[in-house]
Amino acid sequence: MAEDKNNVKIGVYVCHCGSNIAGTVDVEELTRFAQEQTAVAVARNYKFMCSEPGQALIKKDIEELGLNRVVVASCSPRMHEPTFRHVCEDAGLNPYQLDMCNIREQCSWVHKDGATEKAKALVRAAASRAYYLEPLETRRVPVTPAVLVVGGGIAGIQAALKIADGGRKVYLVEREPSIGGHMIQLDKTFPTLDCSACITTPKMAAANAHPNIELMTYSEVVNVQGYVGNFKATIRRKPRYVDESLCTGCGVCQEKCPWKTESEFDCGLGPRKAIYTPFPQAVPNVPVIDPELCVYIQKDGKCGACLKFCERGAVDFSQTEKMVEVEVGAIIVATGYDLMDPSAISRLGYKRFPNVITSMEFERLCNATGPTGGHITVDGREPKSVAIIHCVGSRDQKYHTYCSRVCCMYALKFAHLIQEKVEDAKVYQFYIDMRCYGKGYEEFYQRAASEGITFIRGKPSQVTDLAMSEEEKGKLVVVCENTLVGRPLRVPVDTVILCPAMEARSDAKEVARLFNLSQSADGFLMERHAKLEPVATANDGVFIVGCAQGPKDIPDTVAQALAGAAEALALIDAGTVKLEAATATVSEALCHGCGRCEEICEFHAPTIVRRNGNPIPVSSINQAMCKGCGACAAACPTGAISIKHFTRQQILAELEALSGVPV
Amino acid sequence: MNVNGFEPKIVAFTCNWCSYAAADLAGTSRIHYPPNVRIIRVMCSGMVDPIYVLKAFEAGFDGVLVAGCHIGDCHYISGNVKAQDRIEKLRRVLHTLGLEDERLKLEWISAAEGGGFAETVKEHVGQLKELGPSPFRKETTP
Repeated sequence: MAEDKNNVKIGVYVCHCGSNIAGTVDVEELTRFAQEQTAVAVARNYKFMCSEPGQALIKKDIEELGLNRVVVASCSPRMHEPTFRHVCEDAGLNPYQLDMCNIREQCSWVHKDGATEKAKALVRAAASRAYYLEPLETRRVPVTPAVLVVGGGIAGIQAALKIADGGRKVYLVEREPSIGGHMIQLDKTFPTLDCSACITTPKMAAANAHPNIELMTYSEVVNVQGYVGNFKATIRRKPRYVDESLCTGCGVCQEKCPWKTESEFDCGLGPRKAIYTPFPQAVPNVPVIDPELCVYIQKDGKCGACLKFCERGAVDFSQTEKMVEVEVGAIIVATGYDLMDPSAISRLGYKRFPNVITSMEFERLCNATGPTGGHITVDGREPKSVAIIHCVGSRDQKYHTYCSRVCCMYALKFAHLIQEKVEDAKVYQFYIDMRCYGKGYEEFYQRAASEGITFIRGKPSQVTDLAMSEEEKGKLVVVCENTLVGRPLRVPVDTVILCPAMEARSDAKEVARLFNLSQSADGFLMERHAKLEPVATANDGVFIVGCAQGPKDIPDTVAQALAGAAEALALIDAGTVKLEAATATVSEALCHGCGRCEEICEFHAPTIVRRNGNPIPVSSINQAMCKGCGACAAACPTGAISIKHFTRQQILAELEALSGVPV
Repeated sequence: MNVNGFEPKIVAFTCNWCSYAAADLAGTSRIHYPPNVRIIRVMCSGMVDPIYVLKAFEAGFDGVLVAGCHIGDCHYISGNVKAQDRIEKLRRVLHTLGLEDERLKLEWISAAEGGGFAETVKEHVGQLKELGPSPFRKETTP
C-alpha cells in the first residue's frame, strides 16, 4: 500500500566529526536550516554521530518521535552507511530509509569558502531524496561453504591452511608447477635469519596433505561468475604430461632428460630440464614437461627418454588442458608481486655487466640449494667487495614513488651473510634512508651496523667499468654523491647487488578484471578501506592479501593472509548472505516487451516472458542475478524499469533540491 | 566571454565505485576544488538517464558532469560504455537546444584519482566561466 506522504517524518543528524566538519561548516546554522526543510521533524548535531552516544541519539528519536526517515550528514556513505543502516535497523526502521549526506569528504575537506552553503544544498537534497525513499526487503541466500584461494605463495598457503583448519573446503590454485611463491626462493629471512626453506616447506607440505585443501598447481583461474556467497570459478588446468597419481617424485626422468634450459626458479643462474620440478622440495613433488622445450612434443615423438625410464609409467603425453569448475562462497586473491627488471635503469649496469646482480639472484647464489650450493660466486669468482644499492626503482619519481618496504632489511641481511661467508669482505650500503620499522628490525640494523659495513647515504648515479685510477682497474665503480658530506664519491667493488622495486604483477590489470577489483595508482590491487578494511575489496566476497595489495614483508603478508582467512570464514560460516536489495523492477503496465533490457544486461538478469492471458510480453528480472547497475533502467524506452533505492523520483528530487528550483 | 563574478553551478553524476570514490579521495587527500559542484551518487554511469541531464539543464545548472570508471574497469563490465553512447547521442539534443558541448562533460576518473577529480571540476568551472550562464538558468537560491 502506498505510504501517505503526510506521515513522512525525517530526522536530520549533523555530525561535527570533531573539527573535521565543524571546523569548516557552521553546524549550528546547518542544523537550523535542516529543521526548516519539508517533512523534517527533528534536526540535531553532535560531535561524533558514529560513536555510541551519537547512535543512541538517533535510535531514541526513531523510537520516541516515530521517525520514518533518517538523514545523517557526516562522512562518505562508503565509510559509515553500514553503521547507520544498523542503527536504523536496531531501532526498527528499514535500513533503506536512511540517506547519507557527504559533508566531509565532499565538502568540509575540500572547500573553505562556501562550505556551509554547499552543505545546506547537500542536506536539502538528502532530505528531499529521503522523502521518497522506500523500505526494501533484504533477501538472504545460502552460502557455498568453500573458499577459492588464488596464488600459492606464503600468503595463499597460510590463508588456505587457516580456512582448512576451520573445517572448510579450500581450492588452492597456483599457476606455477609448485606452491611456495617468492618466499621459497629466499635464503635466510630477516631479522631472525631463519632459513626460509625451513619455515616454508612444512607449510607447503601441510597444505598438500590437508584433507580440506584441494591443491591445483600449474592451473589458472580464467573465469569468475556469480556473486558474494555463490561464486562459480573456472580453472584451467594445464597439462603436466605427468600423471600426479602415479608419479613418486623419484627424479629419474629429470636425470635422463637431455634437454636443458635456464631455471626460472634460480633466476636463470642454473639449468633445468624439459621435464622438471622447479626445485627439489617442490609441492607437489611431481614434475611438469615444458612443451616448448620437449623434443618429444615439438618433434612428434622423437626422444621420449622420460617415457622410457619412468618405471611407474607416469609420463603421459596424451594429457590435454582441462577446464574445472568450482563453486565457492568467498575468494582470496593472493597473487603476489613481480620484482622490477632493473635493466630499465641502464646506468646501473644490470645485464651490461655480469657482476651486477639483483637481490633475488643473490638469494639464489647464497642459498645452499641454489646453483652454486651456497658459495657466493659471481661471474666466476668470489667477490671481496660488494656494493648494495637500495631503492632501485622505488622512491623514484621516474619509476615507482612508493617504498618497497623490505629492501633496507634484506640489504642488511645480505651484508651479514656476505661477511659470514666471504673472509675480509667489504660491504657498502648505498641508501636514501634506512627504514627498519618492524619488530626486531632496529636491533638487526644495530647488529649489522656493528659488523663493519660502510653506509653511504646517496643514490648512485651510475655503475661503470671505466677505471680512473689503478685501484679501479678490473672493478666496477659505483659513482655517487655522499649526501651527508656533500661530496662526490667513486667506490670500486667486485660485485653490485641491486634492490629492485616490488611491482604489481604485470598482469594485475587482467586479475583485477577477472575478480572485478580496482587497482591503486601504483598498480597494486585496491582494498576497500586503507585502514579499516585492509583485505576486503569493493567486490563483496573477494579479499586481497599479501603483496597483491602492495609491497610487504613476510610477517605483514602472513598477518594479512590470516585476516583474509578470518573474513572468508566469517562470511561462509554465517550460512547465508544478504543480497543486493537495490535491484531493478519492472512496471508491467508500462513494459512493451521490446527486449532492450535483455539485450544490454551484462548479467542476463532480464528475460522477456509472456504472462497468462496477456497478449503483450513483458520483461521479468531475476533478482538474484541483478546487480542494480541501472543500465536497463536508463535504456528502457517506456520508463518501465526502475532501480530500487535509485528511482527516477528519488534522483530528480535530489536534483531539484540541489538546483533550488522545481524540475 | 567571462561574465564578472559569475559562479557556474554544476551537478555531477558520479558512479559509486570509481568517481564517487575519487571525490572521496580528493577529500581524504584535502585537495581543494571550487564548491560550484554538487554531487549525486549513482551506482554506475550507465544508470544516468538522459532525462536527468536534460532536467538538470532545465533546473538551471550551467554544467553537468557525468563521471564513471575508465573504459574496461566498469564495476558492471560495460556500464560506462553505455553511458558514453548515450551521452554522445544526447549531445545532438543539447545542440538543438542551443547548449554548448562543454556544458556536458563526460570523464573517466578511477578511485585512485582524487587529484583527477579535483582537476576535472576546476577545468569545468573554468570552461563554464568562459561560456557564461546557461540560457536556461533562472535566478535561484544557492
